[in-house]
Amino acid sequence: MNARKAHSAKRLALQLVGLLVFVLLMGALIGSEGLAWSKIQADASLIADIRMPRTLGACLAGALLGLAGALAQGLFRNPLADPYLLGSASGASLGVAIGMVLLSQLDMSPWFMRVGITGMAFMGAWFAVALSLVLSWGVQHTLRLLLAGVVVGVVFGAIASLLLVMFPQIQGSVQSFMLGSTAYVSWAACGLMLAVLLVSWVVSVAASPLLDGLALGESTAISLGLPVKSLRWLLLAVLALCTAAAVAQTGLIAFVGLAAPHLVRARYKGTHGQSLSLSCLMGAVLLGGADLLARGLMAPLELPVGVLTAILGGGYMLFLMRGMSSKSAGSSKGRA
Amino acid sequence: MAALACMLPLSSMAQKGSGSFTLTDDRGRVIVIDKAPQRIITLLPSLGEIVCELQACDRLVGVDRYSNWPERVQSLPKLGGIDDTQLEALVKLKPDLVLLARSSRVTQRLESMGIQVVALEPQNQADMRRVIQLIAGALHLPQSQERAQALWQNIQQKLDAAALRVPAKAKGMRIYFEAGSGYFAAGETSYIGETLRRLGLVNVVTPSMGAFPQVNPEFVVKANPQIIFMGERTATDLQSRPGWNRIDAIAQQRICSFTPAQSDIIVRSGPRIPDAAELMVACLRRIFPE
Repeated sequence: MNARKAHSAKRLALQLVGLLVFVLLMGALIGSEGLAWSKIQADASLIADIRMPRTLGACLAGALLGLAGALAQGLFRNPLADPYLLGSASGASLGVAIGMVLLSQLDMSPWFMRVGITGMAFMGAWFAVALSLVLSWGVQHTLRLLLAGVVVGVVFGAIASLLLVMFPQIQGSVQSFMLGSTAYVSWAACGLMLAVLLVSWVVSVAASPLLDGLALGESTAISLGLPVKSLRWLLLAVLALCTAAAVAQTGLIAFVGLAAPHLVRARYKGTHGQSLSLSCLMGAVLLGGADLLARGLMAPLELPVGVLTAILGGGYMLFLMRGMSSKSAGSSKGRA
Repeated sequence: MAALACMLPLSSMAQKGSGSFTLTDDRGRVIVIDKAPQRIITLLPSLGEIVCELQACDRLVGVDRYSNWPERVQSLPKLGGIDDTQLEALVKLKPDLVLLARSSRVTQRLESMGIQVVALEPQNQADMRRVIQLIAGALHLPQSQERAQALWQNIQQKLDAAALRVPAKAKGMRIYFEAGSGYFAAGETSYIGETLRRLGLVNVVTPSMGAFPQVNPEFVVKANPQIIFMGERTATDLQSRPGWNRIDAIAQQRICSFTPAQSDIIVRSGPRIPDAAELMVACLRRIFPE
């Protein structure tokens, strides 16, 4: 049994790496005119300056969201948990809205330019998560934490809406941030996301025994001798960091964080250490692939990548759910 | 336009091309432009219009999705809007200067690729004068400041001419200008409001309320404007707005509604504000035939 499990994990990882390489290659080929083999030579600098960073950036952001999603679902023992659950999405939107308002006030802009839209989104996401943690009086009570996250999300969302009403000229920018876009990722942003991803991945894999323990119930985890509280803080910090880094660079990308762990679990059931890594790969393939479609389907026009991830991820998850429910119905019938 | 062309001796006099031009753009960034840019992209319609009105239209190689004037602009590659600029198509055009709005999303990305970017956003008429001067300088136009001045004076003269044609009965009337659906009004401090004031009209949306505030429908009823300006599409529900039939402008049918093409001219803070003024005057003359 164990051998088969390891085998299937390795096979899934290989498949995903293969897909990832394919996505990266196609990412270099698909440009503003759709797929064009003949022009590769002429477009060399475009490939290096624009297509590679955006493709790589999409994959990295996807990996961050995949990892964050797997962490959230493990920490909250809730298959509906997603990376934005502690309010980071509305925190980031609020940060962007404040940034755009500052940008429209001439005298503030030199100060603001140093932080930038990405900086504002990053700080907003962090601030929202921190506030959720404070409001829930720590991390012991998962339910309280979830509720605090919901409250912070709603209130921050309302404040952002208020800013939109008061400064209607920022509407377009904030809306496009909420739809998410991978079009403007630079090499510097890729470097940043890669660094965050590596650190987060190492830390979360190292701390993943906590998630395995938690899956058996909180008291079991404690009786196993795991430092539950400190590990939980650590993983929550990693979750917030991953989400904030991805959101700051690409805006709100729907569904990748929720779907990636599910897609992994549908093919592989095992320790969290392995499924976290697989979720990373799955997220990278998902967002990288969506990015290809976003620019290729209607070239030279671009579709918002967040819309595509929602449609693709949602469709595939429904397909998986149908398979799952008929299987479980069959097994329960067998038992009866 | 012919008059303007006569006033400007083109490229015959002293070339100032040797020196570099330094400007502070609307992000507060100091930018040095060493030589005359020859491949310019504008990502805000009014900026493209200014470039063309400074007679440098032939240096434009690309514009944003909404640019449609003057005619030459319509044949240029369209590169998307403020939030969804098509980066790759833009870079392919190899621009040596990109003029864009302050909130444009590509700014940092373009700078990181070594493309010169200047963010300019004319918000009112004084601003527009400054922006015209900066663009003229940035383009290293021959006698740039004289040319900018000439364009500015031409705009002012046309505005004065439009103001003279306003029917005497309309002068001093209270007006409400709805700039967007959802009760977004053009206040007195906006460029639209400045034009309206120039025409001798009194805006019910006072300066303290901001340039384009969202107003309470009740406020408009209380202010009781005598003339209402708005887009054709939003004008259709005017009668059905609760309580609005008490407003003088609606009771007396003094409504100036603009077609989408006309609204296009009116909402741009570019060199076509005299054309916008003419549209307003034409409507006033329809309402008050003399």
